[in-house]
Amino acid sequence: MTLTQKKGSLILGSSGLILLLSTLFFNPQNNSLLLSSSMLLMISGSLIYFKEIYGSSLAGIKNDGVWFNALTSKGIWGWLLGMALTGFYVAIYWFPELLGFHADGESTGLVRVFDPISYLLNGNPATQWFLYGTMYTLAILLFGVKFIWKYRHNRYQIIRTLSVMFFQLCFAFLIPEILEKLNPETPYFAKDLKNMWPLNYYFLDQWHLKNMLNGGNLGLFFLGFGLALMFIISPILTYFYGKRWYCSWVCGCGALAETAGDPFRQLSSKKMSVWKFERWMIHAVLAFISITTIAVIWSFLSSNTEISWFTREQFVGGIVVFILLTVGVLFFWKKEGLSKDAKYSMISLGVILVAVLSIQAFSGEKNILFINSYKLQKWYGFGIGAAFSGVLGVGFYPILGSRVWCRFGCPMAAILGLQQRLLSRFRITTNGGQCISCGNCSTYCEMGIDVRAYAQKGENIVRSSCVGCGICSAVCPRGVLKLENDSLENRINSENYPLGNTL
Amino acid sequence: MSKDNPKKSIVIIGNGISGVTSARHIRKASSHEITIISDETPYFFSRTALMYVYMGHMRFEHTQPYEDHFWVKNKINLVQKRVSGIDHHKKILEFVEGSTLGYDKLVIATGSKPNRFGWPGQDLKAVQGLYHKQDLDQFEVWSDSIQEATIVGGGLIGIELAEMLHSRGKKVHFLVRESSFWNKILPPEESEMINKHIKAYGIDLQLETELKAIESNENGRARGVFTSKEEFIESQWVGLTVGVSPNIDFLKESGLAIGKGIKVNAFLETNLPNIYAIGDCAEQTEPIPGRRPIEAVWYTGRMMGETLAKTLTGEKTKYAPGPWFNSAKFFNIEYQTYGIVSASPNQKTEAHLLWIHPNKEQSIRLSFNPSNGELLGAISMGIRLRHIVFEEWLKKKTHMDTVIDCFKQANFDPELYPTYEKELSSAWDSLKSKNNLLKNKL
Repeated sequence: MTLTQKKGSLILGSSGLILLLSTLFFNPQNNSLLLSSSMLLMISGSLIYFKEIYGSSLAGIKNDGVWFNALTSKGIWGWLLGMALTGFYVAIYWFPELLGFHADGESTGLVRVFDPISYLLNGNPATQWFLYGTMYTLAILLFGVKFIWKYRHNRYQIIRTLSVMFFQLCFAFLIPEILEKLNPETPYFAKDLKNMWPLNYYFLDQWHLKNMLNGGNLGLFFLGFGLALMFIISPILTYFYGKRWYCSWVCGCGALAETAGDPFRQLSSKKMSVWKFERWMIHAVLAFISITTIAVIWSFLSSNTEISWFTREQFVGGIVVFILLTVGVLFFWKKEGLSKDAKYSMISLGVILVAVLSIQAFSGEKNILFINSYKLQKWYGFGIGAAFSGVLGVGFYPILGSRVWCRFGCPMAAILGLQQRLLSRFRITTNGGQCISCGNCSTYCEMGIDVRAYAQKGENIVRSSCVGCGICSAVCPRGVLKLENDSLENRINSENYPLGNTL
Repeated sequence: MSKDNPKKSIVIIGNGISGVTSARHIRKASSHEITIISDETPYFFSRTALMYVYMGHMRFEHTQPYEDHFWVKNKINLVQKRVSGIDHHKKILEFVEGSTLGYDKLVIATGSKPNRFGWPGQDLKAVQGLYHKQDLDQFEVWSDSIQEATIVGGGLIGIELAEMLHSRGKKVHFLVRESSFWNKILPPEESEMINKHIKAYGIDLQLETELKAIESNENGRARGVFTSKEEFIESQWVGLTVGVSPNIDFLKESGLAIGKGIKVNAFLETNLPNIYAIGDCAEQTEPIPGRRPIEAVWYTGRMMGETLAKTLTGEKTKYAPGPWFNSAKFFNIEYQTYGIVSASPNQKTEAHLLWIHPNKEQSIRLSFNPSNGELLGAISMGIRLRHIVFEEWLKKKTHMDTVIDCFKQANFDPELYPTYEKELSSAWDSLKSKNNLLKNKL
């Protein structure tokens, strides 16, 4: 690669970004012109840059110098980028006026620059969330191209990346915006088909349920599909393919982590102590969102008897039966697989059960354990939905790695993970005795799994947190790891010795 | 069983894969006192991963498979000292700084050291091998002042060094004595594939070329080499990677029987009581048929460690590894092998089926007995094969027709990759029809 071309492309791309960000300080005359020219500069600059860094060398693993680069090894550039991203998230969530969004008036600056695309897609002026969605999608597409270039020798990576790019562009971005334009009269509800509860934590909120119920056929379709996704489609897909069908093939958070976050995957901690913290943390979040949601539905059923299909007593009864059934199934059919993960799930479920019964025992209409359910919901939205998934989850990419949210905070990942650990055909197979303990797999695992600990013992990797990105398999220099969906038998294998000896 | 045995003090010299594997398995099966001694590093690391530290893929700590608390938790004492000698009468080790340590059982697992063949200038500054952590540290010290480097010796460490230097943008000259890379192990087609691959990275691969002498600059540092082709190659650094030999110099006066390595019987016992040797430094007095007395490979070190741990915890066990296997990665071409595939086979006892992908960077070679069609081994380039399937086929002496029919089971490439069973099958059919003699016999 030539250094000048590399530098030139960087200058080209950053000039586009600077041009765009300049609107934080002044209002351009012509939004379309500014937007299109800055986009053109950013896109062409990055594409030329990616071609320079990957296109000019032979296909293969491209990790040279990862730990020498100040951006990718927590150096000064990593910290600066982390601070910039964090600042952006803080502004989006809590100070949107800094970006030019004014709740009680016309927007200005950066937000207004996105008006032309916003009108085109959804027929309304841009909000800070439209700006965010557009930049988010653009990042996934651009860094997706980069990722495909980087892994052009690996078909699993190419197809998987095309998948996340497709789902982000169509399901998360274009279709919801266009549906918004086609149905201007219906009240707002989430139209991202792939975004199910509990990742979309307000799916079962009072206002959201009401809007879907009042949203005509479209609203009912989204309500029905959302429920089917949770209870039918997701369990079936997770059984056959593991949680990867969602986390590294479909999910929007996963899509950003796998593309824009890829340069930072090696920064996740592999310490045993962090794994312990992870198990408590993610299941605590799951328990919290479950209690919150149950409480919110309870209040909804209490105050909306006329549009409810069932009473709040029936609902609570149903939850209790569901939980008892799940626990029963786990205990009687999965006893041998009841490792630590499973015990944590028991604890979480137990907590939920107690909480539900407490509602019955104590509450008037809206209170759970004497706390207003909507306040609980607000705290969740602030603490988990915004601070955790956005600020910490993406803002800290260059410091904590690209999957902080998915690993420690995502309740969806927790549910899929429990199923993956206990009832799925997916595993990473270790190739007999070929492991040389080099550590590339563990180093590049974005979820912080110490893959080598299993591989060097000849054990398959069956971990609830594994999102199936396949990078451990790609970076392995000895062909030791293979992501597979195979029979349940011998999925978790534990031999005294790896293959090769005759002991 | 072994837990009832009186508690013994087991001392292991060397914290590589052999020593550490034996320690882990001794701990699993007993409560003996275990001490591992290493002068090189305080903790076990994966030697084969040192290259990735230089290339910036990993930091050194990433090459350490166990966190520091592992050793405390498993009550394995780690001692960072250098052993100067053994007194087997008193059953003590002597350290360079003067102290001693007693043992009940002693395991020697000191690995290898790089060979040097007395070349003029081989002791100059910036002339080195790559084996120990200290070699890597030294290499790093020279690295910034290297524009061109010469590597001598066409083996696995040589090609690793070439890749390492290339990753830092250095011009690499690679002197290989043989007519093609690693052709004592790789058959001609595979060897040629790697020759081309090396050159594709811009490496100056010089075949049939040997080192004559290393020239010094005014500071006693290498400034270039003279080759057997009377050429002078400028290089500010010279890598000597002409094989390794057992790291046992400190044992010359110990009374141990020593050949090239420490002589051991099938139970990994040396000639002295209560002293054992495993891994690269051990030389089998009765090698396994068809295999070499010293096998300086990660996997054999691991298996010797596993075997000896059984003996030391009360179940005397012979070293009896299963079918041979190995793997490597040459720049971006992965290599795997199972069983026996000779580089130049005796046509009467070993025939080959070879399929090469049109891209010339992937291939599968199966060796078999031409008189009865039994599978003998495999080499794959750029295609991953499943160890357990090959081990079963080799143990059961599976017929080639079955191997070809069931080859899908042996595929270990990532999902969604193209597969080559059909191509391999038609290559097998045409080999059978081409060779009537073979056809009649099969």
